[in-house]
Amino acid sequence: MIYQLDLLLLLFLVVCAIMAVRLKDLLDSIIVLAVYSLIMALVWVEMNAPDVAFTEAAVGAGVTTFLFIATLVKTVRREKE
Amino acid sequence: MKKTTKKQTESIVIRTMSRIMIPFIQLFGLYVIIHGEASPGGGFQGGVILGTSIILLAIVFDLREAERRMPWKVITAFMCVGLLIYSGIGLLDLLSGGAYLEYTKLPLPLPAHEISALSILFVEIGIGITVMAVIILLFYYLVGDQNAS
Repeated sequence: MIYQLDLLLLLFLVVCAIMAVRLKDLLDSIIVLAVYSLIMALVWVEMNAPDVAFTEAAVGAGVTTFLFIATLVKTVRREKE
Repeated sequence: MKKTTKKQTESIVIRTMSRIMIPFIQLFGLYVIIHGEASPGGGFQGGVILGTSIILLAIVFDLREAERRMPWKVITAFMCVGLLIYSGIGLLDLLSGGAYLEYTKLPLPLPAHEISALSILFVEIGIGITVMAVIILLFYYLVGDQNAS
Protein backbone atom coordinates (compact mmCIF):
# COMPACT_ATOMS: atom_id res chain seq x y z
CA MET A 1 0.00 0.00 0.00
CA ILE A 2 1.33 3.38 -1.04
CA TYR A 3 -0.52 5.95 1.01
CA GLN A 4 0.25 8.91 -1.25
CA LEU A 5 -1.13 7.06 -4.29
CA ASP A 6 -4.18 5.99 -2.31
CA LEU A 7 -4.83 9.56 -1.21
CA LEU A 8 -4.46 10.85 -4.76
CA LEU A 9 -6.80 8.20 -6.17
CA LEU A 10 -9.43 8.81 -3.52
CA LEU A 11 -9.21 12.56 -4.14
CA PHE A 12 -9.79 11.98 -7.86
CA LEU A 13 -12.65 9.66 -6.98
CA VAL A 14 -14.42 12.29 -4.89
CA VAL A 15 -13.87 14.96 -7.54
CA CYS A 16 -15.28 12.66 -10.25
CA ALA A 17 -18.29 11.73 -8.13
CA ILE A 18 -19.15 15.36 -7.42
CA MET A 19 -18.65 16.32 -11.08
CA ALA A 20 -20.86 13.44 -12.28
CA VAL A 21 -23.69 14.72 -10.11
CA ARG A 22 -23.21 18.43 -10.73
CA LEU A 23 -22.68 18.54 -14.51
CA LYS A 24 -25.60 19.84 -16.56
CA ASP A 25 -24.83 17.91 -19.75
CA LEU A 26 -25.78 14.26 -19.33
CA LEU A 27 -23.20 13.04 -21.87
CA ASP A 28 -20.45 14.73 -19.85
CA SER A 29 -21.90 13.09 -16.77
CA ILE A 30 -21.67 9.66 -18.39
CA ILE A 31 -18.05 10.17 -19.45
CA VAL A 32 -17.12 11.35 -15.96
CA LEU A 33 -18.87 8.29 -14.54
CA ALA A 34 -16.70 6.08 -16.76
CA VAL A 35 -13.61 7.85 -15.43
CA TYR A 36 -14.97 7.27 -11.93
CA SER A 37 -15.22 3.55 -12.68
CA LEU A 38 -11.67 3.39 -13.99
CA ILE A 39 -10.29 5.13 -10.91
CA MET A 40 -12.41 2.86 -8.75
CA ALA A 41 -10.84 -0.14 -10.52
CA LEU A 42 -7.40 1.26 -9.71
CA VAL A 43 -8.46 1.62 -6.09
CA TRP A 44 -9.63 -2.00 -6.03
CA VAL A 45 -6.26 -3.14 -7.39
CA GLU A 46 -4.55 -1.02 -4.78
CA MET A 47 -6.63 -2.74 -2.10
CA ASN A 48 -5.50 -6.20 -3.38
CA ALA A 49 -8.83 -7.16 -4.90
CA PRO A 50 -7.97 -7.73 -8.59
CA ASP A 51 -11.10 -9.79 -9.18
CA VAL A 52 -13.41 -6.95 -8.24
CA ALA A 53 -11.20 -4.54 -10.17
CA PHE A 54 -11.63 -6.72 -13.25
CA THR A 55 -15.40 -6.60 -12.91
CA GLU A 56 -15.37 -2.87 -12.29
CA ALA A 57 -13.24 -2.18 -15.35
CA ALA A 58 -15.24 -4.47 -17.64
CA VAL A 59 -18.74 -3.64 -16.48
CA GLY A 60 -18.45 -0.17 -14.93
CA ALA A 61 -16.24 1.45 -17.51
CA GLY A 62 -17.22 -0.63 -20.52
CA VAL A 63 -20.74 -1.92 -20.72
CA THR A 64 -22.52 0.50 -18.37
CA THR A 65 -21.13 3.51 -20.19
CA PHE A 66 -22.33 2.18 -23.47
CA LEU A 67 -25.78 1.29 -22.14
CA PHE A 68 -26.10 4.79 -20.65
CA ILE A 69 -25.17 6.38 -23.98
CA ALA A 70 -27.61 4.15 -25.86
CA THR A 71 -30.30 5.23 -23.40
CA LEU A 72 -29.30 8.87 -23.71
CA VAL A 73 -29.84 8.76 -27.48
CA LYS A 74 -33.53 8.08 -26.79
CA THR A 75 -33.97 10.96 -24.33
CA VAL A 76 -32.96 14.62 -24.18
CA ARG A 77 -29.38 15.45 -23.41
CA ARG A 78 -29.75 18.61 -21.37
CA GLU A 79 -32.24 19.34 -18.65
CA LYS A 80 -34.50 22.30 -19.24
CA GLU A 81 -33.63 25.37 -17.23
CA MET B 1 -34.49 9.29 -35.34
CA LYS B 2 -31.51 9.56 -37.57
CA LYS B 3 -31.26 7.19 -40.45
CA THR B 4 -28.39 4.78 -40.68
CA THR B 5 -26.87 4.69 -44.10
CA LYS B 6 -26.02 1.44 -45.75
CA LYS B 7 -22.44 2.55 -46.26
CA GLN B 8 -19.96 2.17 -43.43
CA THR B 9 -19.61 5.64 -42.02
CA GLU B 10 -16.63 5.23 -39.72
CA SER B 11 -13.15 5.99 -40.98
CA ILE B 12 -10.94 3.30 -42.40
CA VAL B 13 -8.52 3.56 -39.46
CA ILE B 14 -11.22 2.64 -36.95
CA ARG B 15 -12.57 -0.13 -39.15
CA THR B 16 -9.17 -1.71 -39.77
CA MET B 17 -8.07 -1.43 -36.15
CA SER B 18 -11.23 -3.00 -34.79
CA ARG B 19 -11.08 -5.71 -37.44
CA ILE B 20 -7.63 -6.54 -36.08
CA MET B 21 -8.52 -6.08 -32.41
CA ILE B 22 -11.80 -7.99 -32.14
CA PRO B 23 -10.26 -11.51 -32.42
CA PHE B 24 -7.72 -10.64 -29.75
CA ILE B 25 -10.43 -9.26 -27.47
CA GLN B 26 -12.35 -12.51 -27.88
CA LEU B 27 -9.22 -14.56 -27.27
CA PHE B 28 -8.59 -12.59 -24.09
CA GLY B 29 -12.17 -13.20 -23.00
CA LEU B 30 -11.73 -16.93 -23.51
CA TYR B 31 -8.48 -16.81 -21.55
CA VAL B 32 -10.18 -14.99 -18.70
CA ILE B 33 -12.97 -17.57 -18.59
CA ILE B 34 -10.76 -20.65 -18.79
CA HIS B 35 -7.97 -19.38 -16.57
CA GLY B 36 -10.41 -17.82 -14.13
CA GLU B 37 -10.07 -20.27 -11.28
CA ALA B 38 -6.34 -19.74 -10.89
CA SER B 39 -6.03 -16.02 -11.59
CA PRO B 40 -8.23 -12.92 -11.40
CA GLY B 41 -11.23 -13.20 -13.65
CA GLY B 42 -13.87 -15.80 -14.16
CA GLY B 43 -17.03 -16.54 -16.04
CA PHE B 44 -18.72 -13.20 -15.52
CA GLN B 45 -15.77 -11.01 -16.49
CA GLY B 46 -14.86 -13.14 -19.49
CA GLY B 47 -18.46 -13.15 -20.64
CA VAL B 48 -18.61 -9.37 -20.42
CA ILE B 49 -15.42 -9.10 -22.48
CA LEU B 50 -16.80 -11.48 -25.12
CA GLY B 51 -20.04 -9.50 -25.27
CA THR B 52 -18.13 -6.22 -25.54
CA SER B 53 -16.32 -7.48 -28.64
CA ILE B 54 -19.66 -7.98 -30.42
CA ILE B 55 -20.82 -4.55 -29.21
CA LEU B 56 -17.64 -3.05 -30.67
CA LEU B 57 -18.41 -4.80 -33.96
CA ALA B 58 -21.90 -3.30 -33.95
CA ILE B 59 -20.63 0.21 -33.15
CA VAL B 60 -17.88 0.29 -35.74
CA PHE B 61 -19.68 -1.48 -38.56
CA ASP B 62 -23.43 -1.74 -38.50
CA LEU B 63 -26.02 -3.30 -36.29
CA ARG B 64 -27.01 -5.44 -39.28
CA GLU B 65 -23.47 -6.76 -39.51
CA ALA B 66 -23.50 -7.73 -35.84
CA GLU B 67 -26.91 -9.32 -36.22
CA ARG B 68 -25.63 -11.27 -39.21
CA ARG B 69 -22.67 -12.58 -37.21
CA MET B 70 -24.71 -13.13 -34.04
CA PRO B 71 -28.41 -13.60 -34.87
CA TRP B 72 -31.15 -13.33 -32.26
CA LYS B 73 -31.87 -17.05 -32.36
CA VAL B 74 -28.23 -17.92 -31.70
CA ILE B 75 -28.11 -15.51 -28.77
CA THR B 76 -31.25 -16.97 -27.24
CA ALA B 77 -29.84 -20.47 -27.71
CA PHE B 78 -26.54 -19.43 -26.09
CA MET B 79 -28.41 -17.97 -23.13
CA CYS B 80 -30.34 -21.19 -22.57
CA VAL B 81 -27.33 -23.47 -23.16
CA GLY B 82 -25.20 -21.59 -20.63
CA LEU B 83 -27.92 -21.81 -18.01
CA LEU B 84 -28.37 -25.51 -18.82
CA ILE B 85 -24.64 -26.20 -18.36
CA TYR B 86 -24.62 -24.42 -15.01
CA SER B 87 -27.76 -25.98 -13.60
CA GLY B 88 -27.03 -29.33 -15.22
CA ILE B 89 -23.78 -29.68 -13.32
CA GLY B 90 -25.58 -28.68 -10.15
CA LEU B 91 -28.26 -31.28 -10.80
CA LEU B 92 -25.66 -33.95 -11.58
CA ASP B 93 -24.11 -33.29 -8.18
CA LEU B 94 -27.56 -33.50 -6.67
CA LEU B 95 -28.21 -36.82 -8.43
CA SER B 96 -24.92 -38.32 -7.28
CA GLY B 97 -25.73 -37.77 -3.65
CA GLY B 98 -24.24 -34.42 -2.75
CA ALA B 99 -25.66 -30.97 -2.25
CA TYR B 100 -26.32 -28.61 -5.16
CA LEU B 101 -22.94 -27.76 -6.75
CA GLU B 102 -21.06 -30.00 -4.31
CA TYR B 103 -18.54 -31.10 -6.91
CA THR B 104 -16.61 -33.78 -5.07
CA LYS B 105 -19.50 -36.26 -5.01
CA LEU B 106 -19.42 -36.81 -8.78
CA PRO B 107 -18.66 -40.49 -9.55
CA LEU B 108 -15.61 -39.94 -11.74
CA PRO B 109 -12.37 -41.97 -11.56
CA LEU B 110 -10.33 -38.90 -10.60
CA PRO B 111 -8.99 -37.36 -7.38
CA ALA B 112 -11.40 -35.06 -5.61
CA HIS B 113 -9.60 -31.83 -6.35
CA GLU B 114 -9.43 -32.64 -10.07
CA ILE B 115 -13.18 -33.32 -10.20
CA SER B 116 -13.71 -30.02 -8.42
CA ALA B 117 -11.46 -28.11 -10.84
CA LEU B 118 -13.11 -29.73 -13.87
CA SER B 119 -16.62 -28.93 -12.61
CA ILE B 120 -15.66 -25.35 -11.79
CA LEU B 121 -14.29 -24.98 -15.32
CA PHE B 122 -17.58 -26.13 -16.85
CA VAL B 123 -19.61 -23.93 -14.52
CA GLU B 124 -17.47 -20.94 -15.48
CA ILE B 125 -17.96 -21.72 -19.17
CA GLY B 126 -21.72 -21.83 -18.60
CA ILE B 127 -21.70 -18.51 -16.76
CA GLY B 128 -19.54 -16.96 -19.48
CA ILE B 129 -21.83 -18.05 -22.31
CA THR B 130 -24.93 -16.77 -20.51
CA VAL B 131 -23.39 -13.41 -19.58
CA MET B 132 -22.12 -12.87 -23.12
CA ALA B 133 -25.55 -13.59 -24.58
CA VAL B 134 -27.35 -11.35 -22.10
CA ILE B 135 -24.97 -8.43 -22.66
CA ILE B 136 -25.43 -8.65 -26.44
CA LEU B 137 -29.19 -9.03 -26.00
CA LEU B 138 -29.38 -5.90 -23.82
CA PHE B 139 -27.47 -4.03 -26.49
CA TYR B 140 -29.76 -5.27 -29.28
CA TYR B 141 -32.87 -4.34 -27.35
CA LEU B 142 -31.59 -0.83 -26.60
CA VAL B 143 -30.26 0.00 -30.06
CA GLY B 144 -32.09 -2.25 -32.50
CA ASP B 145 -35.50 -0.72 -31.99
CA GLN B 146 -34.26 2.73 -32.94
CA ASN B 147 -32.70 1.48 -36.16
CA ALA B 148 -35.87 -0.32 -37.18
CA SER B 149 -38.01 2.82 -37.07
